[in-house]
Amino acid sequence: MAPATYELTVNGQKRSVTADPGTPLLWILRDELKLTGTKYGCGIAACGACTVHVGGVATRSCVVPVSLIGDRPIVTIEAISQDPVGRAVQDAWVSHDVVQCGYCQSGQIMSAVALLKRNRKPTDKNIEESMGGNICRCGTYVRIREAIKMAGAQP
Amino acid sequence: MRPAQQITRRAFVTASATAAGGLLVSLYLDRPLRAQQVPVPGQNPRIYPPDAFIELRPDGKIVIQVNRLEFGQGVQTALPMLLADEMDADWSQVAAELAPAADIYRDPVRGIQMVGGSGSIATSFQQYRELGARTRAMLVAAAAERWKVAPEQCRTEASVVRGPAGQSATYAELAEGAARIPVPATVQLKKPADFRLVGKRVRRLDSRPKCDGSQRFGLDLDVLGMKVALVAHPPVFGARPKTVDDTAARGLTGVAQVFEIPTVSGGTAVAVVADKFWTAKQARDQLKIEWDLAAVERPDSAQLWATYKQLAGTPGNVAVTRGDQTSLDALASGDRLVAEYEFPFLAHSPMEPLNTTVRFDEGRAEVWAGSQFQTVDQAAIAEVLGLKPEQVTFHTEMAGGGFGRRATADSHVQREAAEIAKRVPGTPIKLIWTREDDVQGGYYRPMHAHRVEVGVGPSGLPVAWRHVVVGQSIVTGTPFAAFMVRNGVDRTAVEGVADTDYAIPNFHVSVHHPTPNVPVLWWRSVGHTHTAFVMETLIDELAARAKMDPIAYRRRLLNPDAKKLRAALDLMEEKSAPWRAKLARNHAAGIACHECFGTAVACAVDVSIENKRPRIHRATVAIDAGLVVNPLSVEAQCQGALVFGLSQLMANGAITLKDGRVEQSNFDRYTPPYIVDAPVAVDVHIVPSIENPTGCGEPPVPVISPAVVNALSKLTGKRYRTLPLLTV
Ligand code: FES
Ligand code: FES
Repeated sequence: MAPATYELTVNGQKRSVTADPGTPLLWILRDELKLTGTKYGCGIAACGACTVHVGGVATRSCVVPVSLIGDRPIVTIEAISQDPVGRAVQDAWVSHDVVQCGYCQSGQIMSAVALLKRNRKPTDKNIEESMGGNICRCGTYVRIREAIKMAGAQP
Repeated sequence: MRPAQQITRRAFVTASATAAGGLLVSLYLDRPLRAQQVPVPGQNPRIYPPDAFIELRPDGKIVIQVNRLEFGQGVQTALPMLLADEMDADWSQVAAELAPAADIYRDPVRGIQMVGGSGSIATSFQQYRELGARTRAMLVAAAAERWKVAPEQCRTEASVVRGPAGQSATYAELAEGAARIPVPATVQLKKPADFRLVGKRVRRLDSRPKCDGSQRFGLDLDVLGMKVALVAHPPVFGARPKTVDDTAARGLTGVAQVFEIPTVSGGTAVAVVADKFWTAKQARDQLKIEWDLAAVERPDSAQLWATYKQLAGTPGNVAVTRGDQTSLDALASGDRLVAEYEFPFLAHSPMEPLNTTVRFDEGRAEVWAGSQFQTVDQAAIAEVLGLKPEQVTFHTEMAGGGFGRRATADSHVQREAAEIAKRVPGTPIKLIWTREDDVQGGYYRPMHAHRVEVGVGPSGLPVAWRHVVVGQSIVTGTPFAAFMVRNGVDRTAVEGVADTDYAIPNFHVSVHHPTPNVPVLWWRSVGHTHTAFVMETLIDELAARAKMDPIAYRRRLLNPDAKKLRAALDLMEEKSAPWRAKLARNHAAGIACHECFGTAVACAVDVSIENKRPRIHRATVAIDAGLVVNPLSVEAQCQGALVFGLSQLMANGAITLKDGRVEQSNFDRYTPPYIVDAPVAVDVHIVPSIENPTGCGEPPVPVISPAVVNALSKLTGKRYRTLPLLTV
């Protein structure tokens, strides 16, 4: 298809990109906007490494074509610290020493923030539902659970 | 150390010249060798010049070069801890960098720059401590000179030297003077009681950038003028295209070139070079390639199983034999047990897909790669490009996991990147393997069949054991074969069985190494992934048969000198006893223990069955890894390694081949554990020790799947000997 130009709102800023309409948002972020904090892990919505917020909803950016974004604002890991819940999650992650290789953690954090915005006191079951599609090959799941609970307990 | 930013090329070159040559010692140290590997304070023959490892900046920041790849295991924090502790550095000012490929950064014991065999702390423990101690001595000498006092009159703490008359100077202030002090030949290392950092729960240095998106991994690299390359690999290993129609691919805007390149398995692949990933991906999808599959062997899992099982019924090359081999056959059939096991191929699938960036210019090249084998990969790239290794500048990039996958003796990813870069001189090429390339690209944990015949004595303990292992050799055909294959036995296939700590008097282990057309590789904890499963499920079965407590049974059977394993077992028993005593209804406890890479691990799990799958409510782990540098990191490694080990039990936890083609292509059908598959809670307990440190990245992997299956057996009465675990 012929390239088209899209006006996106990314991390509060207007960004104009010209790309093939089928290009997944992930590659717009990474290759066009140089926001490489959002990761590629599978490309088929099976690992969660590419999770960003689109219109406030945790979204697998690897399977959403840029043409379907419309005017919904996009928030990526690079700006999540500006959100109080985002900041609390990052701090909890650091204080619990959650990360290992770290490659999955942008996606984990974006999923966790989306969860805590809906539910400040998630049970283990809630956590499993919301984090259930994020793979951590290093196996940091136990610490992720602890850190989510800690972040949720922040005032 | 390097004072004030001045990266002295000259000092660096001198240091390299004194480096030990490329002596490739053992990845897997033999038991007798382990003793030699023990670093003796003050006797390390090699003096590493601090300026190649430490930079003291005027603002007080201390930047330490880490001679290893960091890919989650925490070495980038642990090695600086050792150095900073001996140096009395202010930890809050310490930063770490991953060192490029260079002779000075080779593993002091193994002779190449590498991560493997869980050996980073074991082999660099002495090295980094001495570096810190030497630096401290030089700073103290500079201060003493300045104040005209004796060095013995000075004390150090938190990057400050203090003199006898209340003088004080920061390390940053003293850096220039210290750089002129000769590197001391001998230094006094701290006694364990004097450690300030070592042994403390110290948080990782790389957490924050990994939580805010700013950490750059190899895949994130953006070099000026860079292009992205994807490769259409042959669908069967070693195949070549008959015809390639690249008209549609070339027609896409942004596609620069399409050309064929050789693969290390003797085949030919088709490379696409484009401006961006998505363009390259679309172009690759639009290639029309007809592959010539007639000329290559097309392995098939079903056929391989048939062959493997047949082989398992015949004796192979002898790995170990002791006692009387006829004693087994002399036993009554009621005292004999035959167990057959199957283990599939497994992909490592690190979260960051494989990648390497190479720029080739006249007479030189620059490389960025998350490599476990810098020395090997650098040489391979040089060979492809017709350069000398030292003409290849090799940057070590932070890597998103690896688990052995970034340590290939044939450097096939790096060679592929170099082949492409060679065709487009001056253009940096970022080669990306998609997840599909990764899952289908080979270099798997080999599939294995085991057949074990056990003779049980009157006490219920095994008195005779005949064990046949069938599986590809990982190291045959690589430089590692020279010391890892003997008498037709690849040590990595029988480790964990041949050297078991269970005292079985009449004992025979042999191995067959078939050679199907599938590249294989070490997968976190290597042979122990299957051998520990066989040993720990069988021993548990024997304990049940003898109506004995599985822990007590193991204790009776263990060699008296298996001190670490006994200590781990005891500690696990003590820490898990409270919850094992009051398990919920329909829950069962399973246990396993195993020693590998010099470290012993024991594990207990609380398991129930939910949705026909094991549900792991909790795991208690005890580990004896000698002196522990960072208990927080050991805890994290144990927790993570358990999850990695559970990959084996996933219903979709197998790579299978049909008519030469890999049947899985992504996480939808080759599925690693998700959060729901992992233990809900894991408590880790460390056996206190001042023995020399051993590793902890791999040793906790093997215990979890047998522990879980042992619990399942209690719940269902069934035995589980075929992996992956399709039904419970
Ligand atoms: S990369 Fe999008 S879910 Fe895996
Ligand atoms: S931290 Fe490595 S994949 Fe999650």
